[in-house]
Amino acid sequence: MPNTQFSPSIDSRPVYPGLTPHGASPAIMVADAEGAAALRELAARDASVMDRAQVVLAAGGAAGLAEARALQALQPKGVSHEPDLAAALPLLRRLLAEARMGTRLYLAGSEGLIGQVSALALDAGLPADAIESEHRGPIARRMQCVHCKGITEGVTTDPFTCSHCGLTLFVRDHFSRRLGVFQGVCVDAETPGIIPEPQEIRP
Amino acid sequence: MTKHFNDETFRGDYTYYNSPEAIRRFPFPFDRDSYMYSVNIEQHPGGPAGSPFEYAFDVDEHYVAEMKDRAITLAEDPLRCQSLPHMELAGWDLLELIMEAKARDYPDLFGLHKDGDRWHWINRPLRIDQRFTFLDATTLPYGPMEYITRQAQGDFALLHEREGNLWMDAGMVTSQADWSLDFDVGMNFFEWHAPVPKAKKMGVFDKALKFLLAVQQGQAYRRLNWTMTVNPRLDTSPENYHKWGPEKRTITPQNVGRKQFLRVELQSFWRLPRSNAIVFPIRCYLACLDDLASQPKWGRRLHRVLRDLDPVLVEYKGFAVNRDIIVAHLARYDDGAPTSPGIFPD
Repeated sequence: MPNTQFSPSIDSRPVYPGLTPHGASPAIMVADAEGAAALRELAARDASVMDRAQVVLAAGGAAGLAEARALQALQPKGVSHEPDLAAALPLLRRLLAEARMGTRLYLAGSEGLIGQVSALALDAGLPADAIESEHRGPIARRMQCVHCKGITEGVTTDPFTCSHCGLTLFVRDHFSRRLGVFQGVCVDAETPGIIPEPQEIRP
Repeated sequence: MTKHFNDETFRGDYTYYNSPEAIRRFPFPFDRDSYMYSVNIEQHPGGPAGSPFEYAFDVDEHYVAEMKDRAITLAEDPLRCQSLPHMELAGWDLLELIMEAKARDYPDLFGLHKDGDRWHWINRPLRIDQRFTFLDATTLPYGPMEYITRQAQGDFALLHEREGNLWMDAGMVTSQADWSLDFDVGMNFFEWHAPVPKAKKMGVFDKALKFLLAVQQGQAYRRLNWTMTVNPRLDTSPENYHKWGPEKRTITPQNVGRKQFLRVELQSFWRLPRSNAIVFPIRCYLACLDDLASQPKWGRRLHRVLRDLDPVLVEYKGFAVNRDIIVAHLARYDDGAPTSPGIFPD
């Protein structure tokens, strides 16, 4: 499955141009099960990207194991296999804190993964132009409720229910790079209880 | 000179009101009988004596009540005031700008005495008497930006310049037209304006950014922007939209004249001396339709502007559900007579 093509949107909505190899620079690579394919394709274009790459795979189950083996076979500096992104965060914080000048960050997978790890990286002082991203897998969004500030992962419908305060929120394209989230706003604020039928989010 | 401060509220029982003097000096934003976006920038301060453009930071009869309302909002949601770590110096620049302006323009209300970096600030309306050391944040009860903007009407965004862009890296935002500082802090100029319809295609943001980047120290500019708000509510934040949203559906032909407010933002832009940041104060003025229509020119013009406004802007400014009632009400003030150019009443 290739890099997802999203419809044109507003300027704050992130775009994911796809991964481009930058040779044997020091690198941190982060992917989920779907994104791992993008890392393999990256290495196929230029095997030297793996020479100094620390790979973090956030993918559970049999698919995760298979991808971990496939990435290992590309002989990066190391592969850390974590069951999901939440489990990988402490390691990512440390890798980003220790990153040297010139380190590239390659992100591949869901919008939630790309958004959350980008936000961590920017907070750690990595320049925005050192981050590469490629979207793979389902169209699910990481949404912040503007009312309670709680974050709901993996949102696939519009509107959706905030997993924290229970308000029904519509999905905006407005995106905060600092927080790594899209904004969700109460859909029935003016007419409590009148809620449109949820629709699948489209790219 | 303002001597009287209204005892009024911007929530709950909404006792906010404009005196006849406040109505006549209202910053009516339409200089002709129609409206579309424009960059519409002028030098600031400067304008007729008594107008809200006369001084750098206008202090009017709503000052004390607005500061009380800000304190209520901050107590409920401290994230309405944020400053990324590199912005403290810009906060000091802003504190200096506001203190000097208020003490110069309203000497009977404010006083600033400097002995080197030991400063003494007196704010009589809010009964504040503060001695502190300039550039030493430990000598103030809040960070410098928060300290001074708890004593200055309007919202404030502090913009850091880098990479040929402006980044909203600090702000005090409690009287906003439905945008979230907590969400937008850290964004660049194009990102935080992204939700505004049409304007990008019109090139408004490219032009505005170019202009802002060219603002030099010692220069300041302003523009007016506007929207519509039901009830005189300062805190029309997205955070509390589920609380104030239902009020938007309480407009009737009977109450629209007193309950529907024109919300005008007097926005200004200042380059700050030490940090080279730009401060963007957004001062909010509210007046109900019937008060505005007490100036016959404004009644005629407001009717024509709202009647003919692009539906996309009606939607964006959030009054689509009430537009017909508003326009029908204002029609009674429009006898078809021509209006004079410019924003000031006849």
